[in-house]
Amino acid sequence: MTPKIKIQTTAMDLWYDQFQALKAIDIAIPERAVTAFIGPSGCGKSSFLRCLNRMNDFIPAARVDGQVLLDGRNIYGAGEDVIALRRQVGMVFQRPNPFPASIWDNVAYGPRLHGITNRRTLEGIVEGSLRGAALWDEVKDKLRSPALSLSGGQQQRLCIARAIAVEPEVLLMDEPTSALDPMATARIEELVRILKEHFTVAIVTHNMQQAARISDETAFFLNGEIVETGPTQRLFTSPRDGRTEDYITGRFG
Amino acid sequence: MSIPSRRAKDRIVTALLYSLMAAVILLLAGVLAFIVKNGLSALSWDFLTQPPRDAMTRGGIYTPLIGSIQLIAVAMAFAFPVGVLTAVYLVEWARDGLFTRTLRLAVRSLAGVPSVVFGLFGLSFFVVVLGFGASLLSAGLTLGCLVLPVIVGASEAALSAVPRDYRDASYAMGATKWQTIRKVVLPAAFPSILTGAILAVGRVAGETAPIIFTGAAFFTPRVARSLLEPVMALPYHILVLATAGTAIDETRPIQYGTVLVLLVLVLGVTLVGVLFRAKLRMEKRR
Amino acid sequence: MKDQSALKADRLPRALIAAVATSGLAIMLFILFFLLKESLPALRETTLGELMTGAFWYPTAEPAEFGLLPLLMGSVSVTLLTSALALPFSLGLAVFLAEVCPSALREIFKPLLEILGFFPSVVLGFLGMVVLAPWLQERFSLLTGLNLLNASLLMGIMILPIVASLAEDALSSVPRDLRDASYALGATGFETTWRVVLPAALPGILQACLLGVMRAIGETMVVLMASGGAALIPRSVMDPVRPLTSTIAAEMGETPIGSAHYHVLFFAGLLLLIMTLSINVGALWIERRGRKWRT
Repeated sequence: MTPKIKIQTTAMDLWYDQFQALKAIDIAIPERAVTAFIGPSGCGKSSFLRCLNRMNDFIPAARVDGQVLLDGRNIYGAGEDVIALRRQVGMVFQRPNPFPASIWDNVAYGPRLHGITNRRTLEGIVEGSLRGAALWDEVKDKLRSPALSLSGGQQQRLCIARAIAVEPEVLLMDEPTSALDPMATARIEELVRILKEHFTVAIVTHNMQQAARISDETAFFLNGEIVETGPTQRLFTSPRDGRTEDYITGRFG
Repeated sequence: MSIPSRRAKDRIVTALLYSLMAAVILLLAGVLAFIVKNGLSALSWDFLTQPPRDAMTRGGIYTPLIGSIQLIAVAMAFAFPVGVLTAVYLVEWARDGLFTRTLRLAVRSLAGVPSVVFGLFGLSFFVVVLGFGASLLSAGLTLGCLVLPVIVGASEAALSAVPRDYRDASYAMGATKWQTIRKVVLPAAFPSILTGAILAVGRVAGETAPIIFTGAAFFTPRVARSLLEPVMALPYHILVLATAGTAIDETRPIQYGTVLVLLVLVLGVTLVGVLFRAKLRMEKRR
Repeated sequence: MKDQSALKADRLPRALIAAVATSGLAIMLFILFFLLKESLPALRETTLGELMTGAFWYPTAEPAEFGLLPLLMGSVSVTLLTSALALPFSLGLAVFLAEVCPSALREIFKPLLEILGFFPSVVLGFLGMVVLAPWLQERFSLLTGLNLLNASLLMGIMILPIVASLAEDALSSVPRDLRDASYALGATGFETTWRVVLPAALPGILQACLLGVMRAIGETMVVLMASGGAALIPRSVMDPVRPLTSTIAAEMGETPIGSAHYHVLFFAGLLLLIMTLSINVGALWIERRGRKWRT
């Protein structure tokens, strides 16, 4: 049984003015699985992630050519609603970035934006999302405390809770553990394995072991191009491209 | 709320904010155009080089113009060195002790003191206690006290922006702290300090309240030749002509002319400062 | 050895500069000292209660009446009306510059705003007399267009650039991260500004507003020229007022040094100083709290 494809890019290019950051990206991201993007820094993997929820729109010089299909719909097509898209495709950033507000308000922020005002409904969403992010037990007695009083790892899980509170279908994670200690990293990795039961997860990581531990599919980026994609286990044990082998065996990067 | 209505709200607010900015620009342009249009007819070479005549109903503004420049000179002669050295102390030497904290608090409070209160202080201290009388010196020093915090602030920012490396390089060659400050830090920070000082000049030129009872004269027959004589000043001259003259309506053209000259002086100086700062920023970015 | 001689060479310049730096502190202390010294004798002529609650200001009548209440109310009313008119406008501008305006346009708009901020107050007061007053007088058929509204409008123009630029700094210092997080959840630009950026910048924005209010209380020339100068407690925005600042500026020149009137005017200056210093303390407190709250 082949899994359903959630996101498919075809011949996608990303330009910043005259500089081409991504070249002819073709990739299929399967639904309810974890896809990892690896590669040396500056290879374009984070830029690619930001193309998938159109966060690159904020860079005036950025331009995307080719197709990015989400459930078969081109998200760069005319009439695409970016607000609806970002609700469907959530994002977690490199450094934990909770709003300087209470834990509760952080999680309720998205649902409120999208028009939910009923207190009971919001309470339910907040609890559900915090449980989903494996944070509930730690914070259930201090939902009104400032989010910034949490530890770094807790803050990042709060950001995950905030992202899943709007019930996205895809969750983009941009090196979510790079600012965290090994303990906190382990907890997030564990969480990612659970999240894939409900969400399509695309994660950028600079850490190959992490990719090997948590992902089902892996794509190797180099200089703005995809060198190789495949099931994680296969890619790490018998890479088909010499450059992939060099990278995963630590010969460069 | 639906997405289209949220988006509409976003657009309406954006349009509103653009119109706010447009209103401010229109206001600025309107005010400038109004003053230029009304003031230009009064302007002439004689207007700038002749003193007021006939109970200030005719003649030019030579005496107040020179008086304003003299006031600026006295104020800056005091405030510039004191302000820069204060900043040097705060940035380079001050440790986080009681004295430093009190000094910072004092400079900060000074920035918030109303200008008319500076006038009261100048009156009781420079005019009465020190016995300078109502004079160029008293008024200039009062203005100097007023801009001191401006210069301290600008110089502090300029000194803090000098990279650590510069200092380290100097210390590594065996220079003392004072040598480092004098030869490395101050020269590097000087352009920014100068910008701050230029902007402070703009501020001094336009101030009226602090000089009314410390040395600005209703009328003097000639330019002050010593620090202890009172002086006429452009802003005070405007106030006098517009509110206390015997022929307020007849002297309107002179009033507009004086306003235009003051504005050109203040905004001209300010513009030099703003452009200079823009140039510095561009160079730094490169 | 080397180090010690270097330290010794530093000692003299350091001491000299510290001495110069003390003048900032000395000036502030002198201001406090002289204002107290010259205003306390006022309490020999009249009582504190009479000064603060007396409704009549007839400083040159026989016997003189030194009721500062109308002047105080003048200052308060101009400050309140100015704030009501100018603060929302200023914050709108700040949001525009920090969040909405494309950066190329910002490089033009910011200096323009700054130019407005450098207008000498005597010029604005003059415009109040020759432009705004006749217009108000005709439009609302008043006895005089020199009134509370006139002065507040002009004062609003004065504090607008100050508040806008300080508030813009506060908004711009909110980390990019937070905006990204909000946009990634599907927020619009306005929603991001209103719900994330403004609350995060709140301490700085409050400070900017306080500094604007402080300027309004202490401003002299605009009210001296445009507020009408009647020492009455205002009942409408079209009433003329006589704030503390303009009273001092108008009357100090014609008062014999050392007279009761002279001392009472210093007392008025002391009141102004107390008001602005307490606002300064408030701003400092907000800054401290803001810093604590952020980390």
